This record gives sequence, structure tokens and C-alpha cells, in this order.
Amino acid sequence: MKVLLVLCSLFFCCGQAHAATATEKGYEIIVEADRRASGFGDYTMDMEMILRDRAKQESHRSIRSRVLEIASDGDKSLTIFDSPKDVRGTALLTFSHKLDDDDQWLYLPALKRVKRISSSNKSGPFMGSEFAYEDLGSREVEKYSYRYLADEDVDQIPCFVVELIPKNTENSGYNRIVSWLDQKAYRVVKEDYYDPKNRLLKTLKLHDYRLYLGFLWKAHHLQMVNHQNGKETDLLLSNFKFNNGLTDQDFNKNSLQRLQ
Amino acid sequence: MTKMVVSAAGLMLLLPAASAYAVDVQGWLSTEGSLFTEAPAYGEQHRNNGSLAMDMKGYHAFATGSSITVEPFYRLDSSDPNRTHGDLRIGNFLYVADQWQVVAGVDKVFWGVTEFVHLVDIINQTDTLESIDGEEKLGQPMIRLTAWRDWGTLDAFLLPYFRERPFPGKKGRLRGPLCIDDTKAAFESSAGKHHLDLALRYSHTLGNWDLGLYQFYGTSRDPLFRENESEDHTLIPYYQQISQTGTDLQYLHDQWLWKFEGLYQTGKKKESGALVFGFEYTLVGIGDSKVDLGMIGEYVFDERAIAANSLYNNDMMLGLRINLNNPASTEFLFGLIQDMRRDSTAFLLECSHRLNNSFKLELSGVIFCQIDPTDPASVYRDDSFLKAVVMYYF
Repeated sequence: MKVLLVLCSLFFCCGQAHAATATEKGYEIIVEADRRASGFGDYTMDMEMILRDRAKQESHRSIRSRVLEIASDGDKSLTIFDSPKDVRGTALLTFSHKLDDDDQWLYLPALKRVKRISSSNKSGPFMGSEFAYEDLGSREVEKYSYRYLADEDVDQIPCFVVELIPKNTENSGYNRIVSWLDQKAYRVVKEDYYDPKNRLLKTLKLHDYRLYLGFLWKAHHLQMVNHQNGKETDLLLSNFKFNNGLTDQDFNKNSLQRLQ
Repeated sequence: MTKMVVSAAGLMLLLPAASAYAVDVQGWLSTEGSLFTEAPAYGEQHRNNGSLAMDMKGYHAFATGSSITVEPFYRLDSSDPNRTHGDLRIGNFLYVADQWQVVAGVDKVFWGVTEFVHLVDIINQTDTLESIDGEEKLGQPMIRLTAWRDWGTLDAFLLPYFRERPFPGKKGRLRGPLCIDDTKAAFESSAGKHHLDLALRYSHTLGNWDLGLYQFYGTSRDPLFRENESEDHTLIPYYQQISQTGTDLQYLHDQWLWKFEGLYQTGKKKESGALVFGFEYTLVGIGDSKVDLGMIGEYVFDERAIAANSLYNNDMMLGLRINLNNPASTEFLFGLIQDMRRDSTAFLLECSHRLNNSFKLELSGVIFCQIDPTDPASVYRDDSFLKAVVMYYF
């Protein structure tokens, strides 16, 4: 009898959890993933971007990046271009925000000019690659609504499958994003991006996760494939350094002008 | 030609030597050809021209964050000896502290927000020989102190030496019927080029607003001209002392940027002002493509005496920026300048396309399609041109 009661209550709980919804479960998974990706303080890293067209012809970009975590708001980041050589020294300063549009400034070294740029629409390609600005910036939990879809394995790794729907559809290039997060460490291992007409546009795969600071997993190889135009972009991240003592002073318009 | 090759080869040889001292050396070489659609209007002008240019930057950073930067520039021109010119664009020491920094030496500073004209940008002299858009500048000797706090950024400038504006010679295009003799430049100040100019600027970002406000005392960067009657009819530049208050404002709303620049100037003779305002709107990914389309509309009104020599005095400017967002970063900018009082219209074109990691192709041009004879710009009516530049970055 006791066993039956326990079973009954278990069944009841699970049933309720299911009813209590895919939305809540999806949200909880993303909040947990966000919690695990937080608390790093600051880091710097290098990026090598390899663009491949349909004929597999390659072009390369080298980028340096500095990121400062802001507890009550989105991160601040600085992206400096080293190649192609004609854009060497060009830098992008971004203050991401939880709810509002990000603030963004572009530094053009030839004119020594700092230009405020509009960042509300982030669907445009980053440096001609298959990554859009919105794929690379810090993704704020508040800017999407969520739905838990299923449990599914990716390369034998058990994953949660969660759907992300941009709250501001006008400023996103996506109708929805489907994300696979591994159930152990809540790391994103794969994402599908759907265009505004809900056709599959791109697939991102994240490989070579390494652990930093004892808790923070960072992917070192990101592969983006565009199914509609047949182009690909590989992003190789390296040289992660934490606790650099970066402060707000390293992320303002003055620091932008003295970068090399 | 031999001279050109020899100097280019000589500079190339210097590069490895410089890198041996932990100095980061980079720069570019360019070859350029300008084709003019009409025969020259004035006697000794050459029709077309070709030139070679080089810009090299050496940079060394100290562990403290301070640094030394040196950037010389040189151009060799086939037809105009005045355009064969060199300049130290940057040559300074930067000291960085926690909330302030000092630059001592030659540097470039840009102020302003609009695209077609740069009214409030006053620290550096314009290198008119390099481009007619006013964006190429001569290096300015300065001591600059910058301090930033929560309430904004303060910039204080001591400018101990004045740079005169360079002008095309008698063989060069894009000039008036009278040549400008810059060897005889006159100054209102008895200190001449050594007058100590001062500037103080406050700037800040408040949410979607970017704002700047400054006060400048010193030598006007824009000369007036006097006819030299004693000799072979040349013009002599005359540099006034001015006090100028300027402001630039920008407001961002979604894909709209709203821009304003204004200045108020007093000199010995009279007071005058100028303003420009407008917008830039960007459509991201038109149709189903990756192409961005930027639309620019600006209006400028300039009542200063120097505006009589400028393309922009009471004009409306419309621009269309097309960014293909492809791996070659192909970009086009089409511009239309319409004088609001006279029947004058000019078209602008700028285009750039990356060829590979080291080479880039640039095309630019101006068509003076209809210029009212009473317009000061009418001296350029035969000077419509197309310029092609190949840049090599090292």
C-alpha cells in the first residue's frame, strides 16, 4: 500500500511537472546553463575565423577579444581585428544589456574616429562570415522565451533540447533557435537556426570544450554551416586567460582609441 | 620614376631592421591613378595623374601600458610637385594612468558625427591634397590631457605649432584659376605659426545620446585669401585668430541615428556660425539577402566667410551606402550634393573591395554635373574625375 502511495505521488508529481510545462522547464534549463557560465570575472582570448565558400575557397580573419562580466547587466566586450590587414586595428566596443538594445561603438584607426553604431538589429553577418552578430554576442536570458522539446542524444551525449524564441522578432534574423545542451554540464553542443519563414537556415556545432577556473566550460571549435547557401565558417578559439584584472576603465571610448 | 622605386626599395629594407627592436611595424603602399573627364581649364594643369604613396606605423608598448607611436607618410605625384609631399601623421608618447592619460607629440584627433561635412573637427589641419572629403589630416603637435569619470570625459589641448593648409600647385587639378602661394601665408597673430592654440572639450554618453561640447582659442584652420597684386596673380592664405564654440550631438533610436553639429565663431571682424544636421538609417539584410542599405540625409548651412570657398555652404546632401557583407567587404557610397540657393549639383562615389589579405581596391570620384557660374564651386566645373587606388598592406 505504502509503495503504491509513493508510486502514485511520484506519478502525480511528474504528471504535474509535465503539465507545468515545457515553457518552465525550458526556462529552468537555460537559467541553469547561464548560472554555470557566470562568475568568470574577465577573460581575454584569440579567435581565428575561417570562411569557406561553396567551392571550399578559404579566407581568414584574426581577432582578439576582451570580456568583462557585469553582475547586474550584460557583459562588456572589446573585439580587435588583426586581419585582414586592411581592417587591422579596427575595434568594436559592446555594452550588452539584459533588456535594452546593446550599446555599440566602432573605432576606425585611419581616421581615429569613434562611431556609435546601431545595434538593435543584430541579424547581419559578422565580417562576411556565416556567424551573425547575434550568434557571437552575449546571449541574455531575458531576450528569449523558451520551450523544452525533448531529451535527445547528440554524438552519444544525452542532451536537453530547448527551443528559444526571440521576444523582439523584428531585430532578430531568426524565427526560432533549437539548442541541444548536454544534461551533465549544461553546455551547448549544437544549435539549429530557423529563418523568419521557419526554414532551417544554419547549424552550429560546438567542439573541444575545456574547463577553466574549475567550473567554466569553453568550446574551442565552433562550426557553422549555412544550409541555404552552402557556405561554412569555422571559429577556432585559443589562448583563454582569466583574472586579468580588467575593469570598466578598459571598456570605454578612451580605451578604444588607444588600442593597437 | 627611378627615384620612386629607389625610395620605395629603401623603405622596404628598413622594415626588418625596425622589427628587430620589438617594435610593431605595419603600414601600406598605394598606387593611384586619376582620370579627369574634361581637359583642364587653366594653362599649365596636367590632364591626368598617377602617384605612389606610403604610410608606415611603428609602435612600441611598455609594460605599464604607455606607448610610443611613429607614423610617417609620403606621396610622390607624377604631375603636381605640391602633391609630392610628406608628413609626420603621428609621432608621440602616450602615458596612461588609471583615469587619465597624456599624449605628447604629434597626433590626430577627430570630432564630429555627420558624414558629408566635418564642421566641428578643428584640431588637425586638413590635407586637401589627399582627398576632397576633408577626412585626411596633417599631424598636429600637441600636449593632450584626457581625464574620464562617471560624469564624462574632459580633453585639454595645448597646440604649440600651427600647420598650414597645403594646396595644389599650378600643374594640379581641383584648383581655381589663381594658384595659392602658400610660401607667403600671412597670420593675424604676430606669433605666426608659433601661436599657442588652446582647446577644451567635454564629451559624454548618456543612454542613447552621445554629446560633445568644446571651446577653441587660436588660429583658424581655414584660411581666407588675399590677391597678391605685386606678382603673377596668386592668392595668399591669411589665417585669422578665432574663438570657436562647437557642439556635436547624436541620438540613436533603433536603426536611426540623428546627428547635429553646430559652431559659433568670433574673430576680429565679425561673428558667424555654421550648422549641419541629418540622419542615417540602416536597413539590415534587404530582401532575403545579407546586403545592408544605409540612407543618409544631411543639411548644412555655413555663414562663415571661409564657406565662400567651400562646396558646402547652403546644401542638402543625400547618401546611399550599400554594404554587401561579403567576405571581400564590398562597399559602395553614392552621394548627391544639391545647393539650395543655386542650381548646382554634384555626385560623389566611393567604393572599396578587398582582393585578399594584403590588397584592397578603392574607387572614388566626383561628377560636377551642373554648376551655377556664380557658385564658388564653379572653378571645379571641368574637374570631374574617377580615381582608382590599389592598396597593399604590410
